[in-house]
Amino acid sequence: MLLLLLALGIIVISGCGALTVCTRPRLSSCIGAGGTVLGCAVGMIPALEVLLQGTIQSLRCAWSMPCGSFFIELDPLSAFFLLPVFLLSALAAVYGGQYLMKYKDTKRLGVAWFFYTLLVASMAMVCLARNAVLFLIAWEIMALASFFLVAFENEKAEVRRASWIYMVATHLGTACLLPMFLIFGAHAGSLDFDRFAHSLPQPLASICFILALIGFGTKAGIIPFHVWLPEAHPAAPSHVSALMSGIMIKTGIYGIVRMLAFLGMPALWWGWLVLAIGIISGVLGVLFALAQHDLKGLLAYHSVENIGIIMMGLGVGLIGWSAGVPSVAILGMAGGLLHVVNHAMFKGLLFLGAGSVFQAAHTREIDHLGGLIKKMPYTGACFLIGAVAISGLPPLNGFLSEFLIYLGSLRGAISMGADVAVPLIGAVAGLALIGGLAAACFTKAFGIVFLGEPRSQAAANAHESRPLMVAPMLLLAAGCLVAGFLGMYIVPAMSEVVSGILGFDAGHELKIAGGYLGSVTIASIALLLVVACLTLLRRFLLSGKEVGSGATWDCGYAAPSSRMQYSASSFAQPITDLFKMVLRTEKRLQLSEQYFPAAGAFKTHTLDAGFEKIYRPLFEGAKCLFARCAVLQHGSMHLYVLYIVITLLGLLVWLVR
Amino acid sequence: MQTEAYMNLFLGLAFAPLLGGIINRIKAAFAGRTGQPLLQQYYDMYKNIRKGAVYSRTTSWLFRAGPIVGLASVLIALALVPVNGSTAPLAFTGDLILFAYALGLMRFFTVLAALDTGSSFEGMGASREVFFSALAEPALLLGLATVARRAGTLSLSELLAATSVTSPELVLVLAALGIVFLCENARIPFDDPNTHLELTMIHEVMVLDHSGPDFAFIQYGAALKVWVLGSVIVGLILPVAGGKFLLLNSAALLGCMFMLAVIVGIIESTMARLRLLRVPQLLVAAGALSLFAFILSMR
Repeated sequence: MLLLLLALGIIVISGCGALTVCTRPRLSSCIGAGGTVLGCAVGMIPALEVLLQGTIQSLRCAWSMPCGSFFIELDPLSAFFLLPVFLLSALAAVYGGQYLMKYKDTKRLGVAWFFYTLLVASMAMVCLARNAVLFLIAWEIMALASFFLVAFENEKAEVRRASWIYMVATHLGTACLLPMFLIFGAHAGSLDFDRFAHSLPQPLASICFILALIGFGTKAGIIPFHVWLPEAHPAAPSHVSALMSGIMIKTGIYGIVRMLAFLGMPALWWGWLVLAIGIISGVLGVLFALAQHDLKGLLAYHSVENIGIIMMGLGVGLIGWSAGVPSVAILGMAGGLLHVVNHAMFKGLLFLGAGSVFQAAHTREIDHLGGLIKKMPYTGACFLIGAVAISGLPPLNGFLSEFLIYLGSLRGAISMGADVAVPLIGAVAGLALIGGLAAACFTKAFGIVFLGEPRSQAAANAHESRPLMVAPMLLLAAGCLVAGFLGMYIVPAMSEVVSGILGFDAGHELKIAGGYLGSVTIASIALLLVVACLTLLRRFLLSGKEVGSGATWDCGYAAPSSRMQYSASSFAQPITDLFKMVLRTEKRLQLSEQYFPAAGAFKTHTLDAGFEKIYRPLFEGAKCLFARCAVLQHGSMHLYVLYIVITLLGLLVWLVR
Repeated sequence: MQTEAYMNLFLGLAFAPLLGGIINRIKAAFAGRTGQPLLQQYYDMYKNIRKGAVYSRTTSWLFRAGPIVGLASVLIALALVPVNGSTAPLAFTGDLILFAYALGLMRFFTVLAALDTGSSFEGMGASREVFFSALAEPALLLGLATVARRAGTLSLSELLAATSVTSPELVLVLAALGIVFLCENARIPFDDPNTHLELTMIHEVMVLDHSGPDFAFIQYGAALKVWVLGSVIVGLILPVAGGKFLLLNSAALLGCMFMLAVIVGIIESTMARLRLLRVPQLLVAAGALSLFAFILSMR
């Protein structure tokens, strides 16, 4: 535990150090990034220790806050979330050190590093806190630090807009957490978490469940509380987007899972609800991702999709739990939790890759890119690995977690009665649809950005990023690849985490599932062997033969230009058209009205339906209401004196009553 | 090593290209032609293997990786499907998920290789391919889940052994899987493998730029994909004759696969291609059939 506090101390102090030398950008970057890496490395040790041995370390001391003590604890569930926090934070810090150099003359990098370290430390603290007040303090520091990081380029209007939307959304979420903790505290008599467990009777438990779902779900980005995500993630610097999308939104999942462990035996409809939210978030997230033109916007919507997959896992787990089918409960929970770590790795990787593309080509517009794999071979290869992993395809890590969720749902669907089988078969169908659409989305993202010919001069002049930006991506890509082959070790190692939530032993079931994943590994190795053999075979077949090169075949047309290529919008058009009911893509077509053809223009734009249909009217309404109240505020001093007099008179009357 | 387990692998590797020949002969018979030799696909592949290759200057290493990863993935899928009554070499509980996703991996790399050429025709084919397959995926998995519910197992090998057409839901599943089979293999009514216009193709247009051994790999991979999905459908229909009758089962599988090829030939001769706008409707209908079958199986 001391090691962990030391780690957090190193991280925060390095942030303060970077702040004090903020006039010297290179030095402050070195201090900030170096301190983060060191702190994360130190913090990893106790996290791994707890995860592997299943022990619990805790620290409890008195403090001046009411109701409870300063109480932090490291149990397997916390350690499971801390691991990606430290891993991705360290790698993103190395990347950020180089990435931020572009801004060294215009920005005070020390400030950015201060908030970055604060974000890392607060995320770790959220996972550790075992007292509601402490938890909320860490939660708020996390929200504020990330707000300032999103607002890094605050001279741009859209960045300011994005950061305010984020600010409002996150506090609306926190507004639900406060009453939830109060209900817990009122019943337990203390705000310490160890008194919360199984303390609530129905229907208070259900109320708390809903509050947790909204409050933590807003942070996680479930639909319909996702609106801040596609705004904030593209606006932030790329290493911050990687951190926010990879880890920060997962603290919402952590919160939900932690509360579920407190609430104990769930009602059946909880599982239905979580599963439904998961399916809706997953399908709508990937559909909106398909309609995006901005590479980081696309990735942001994919975070919504992946949170959906995680929620589906949790939903399957809850259904299995409440229906008394341990294997379904264990597989669903394990799949959802494993997807948390997997998503942290490949989404972190993809955001870092998108950042490299942005710095190399100065645009995030997918339709202005192309052919980058020749200019940026390492970034391209890493992005490809991330793309295959996020589509859930073997042999990479994304497949493992989806496999577990599939297995859990199918297991329940083929053996249980209708009340359990129906939602679970819905999960299977949803996951299959999401998988297919995600493959469509990432063939688009990778294919249009990295393959073909450059679609703009900027893309043609792109060059590979500096080694310090490439190295973290290579490490993450290697992680995705290696983890894909180690399923049979990873999944059984999660038994303490899952047992801790469900309250019964998950070890046996996960060992069996690990056995299945061992078969997957054999298939994956076979796949690689066959690929190697076929490569050798082709080399043998082509040896001594003529291998020529020419122009791409375009039906006899020999002078194709890069503008004739299929674009991202045209690639996604059949799908976006089929789902136009939900996407409501705006299309604008301008054609010349003369007899002879002249230049025309075609534009598509997909606004977020949730934002436009729910939040905008809501906030416009609130604005109108508050505007009415503005009549009270005239700015005239006499009126204000009158208000004071009226108030005093009123109080007097109330007193003498 | 058991021959039994590897039987379907051998049969597929040996006879898959023959199915295309049968389909073409049936179509020729309907049109009153003699048609190409039954072994035409073998000749084509042999010819391509002996040739050199031409690569577009636009392409990168991904274009060369596409055919290889595609063929390797479909081989993995093939290693998951047994001859009825035996256990496939890579069989395990939950292998039907890997089966669907191995085919997904094949598609992913074929599509990327197509996009790598920078040709708008190939981009168009790629776009349609991912669109249709995204809709076909739920139908496939729901169908398999229905059969799994009846058989009470999640392993393809046990699942194929435990079923034969005895109930209405299996008929529905067969219809759904038949639609998926035609769509995934780019047959009429989804795609016309013999069309002469790049604009109207889906699968064939994606591989326009491949040549030599690469193209042979693609042809072989496509033939194997027909075999893989076909042998799942046939496995669902065929009753099992116990592990001892391996030869009988294999012969039955082979015969049924040829029958399937004949049926596909008849469909291709008597039907026109659907308009592209109608294709999603048919695929959603396949998904609905699978779902309905699942609901029936909960009786």
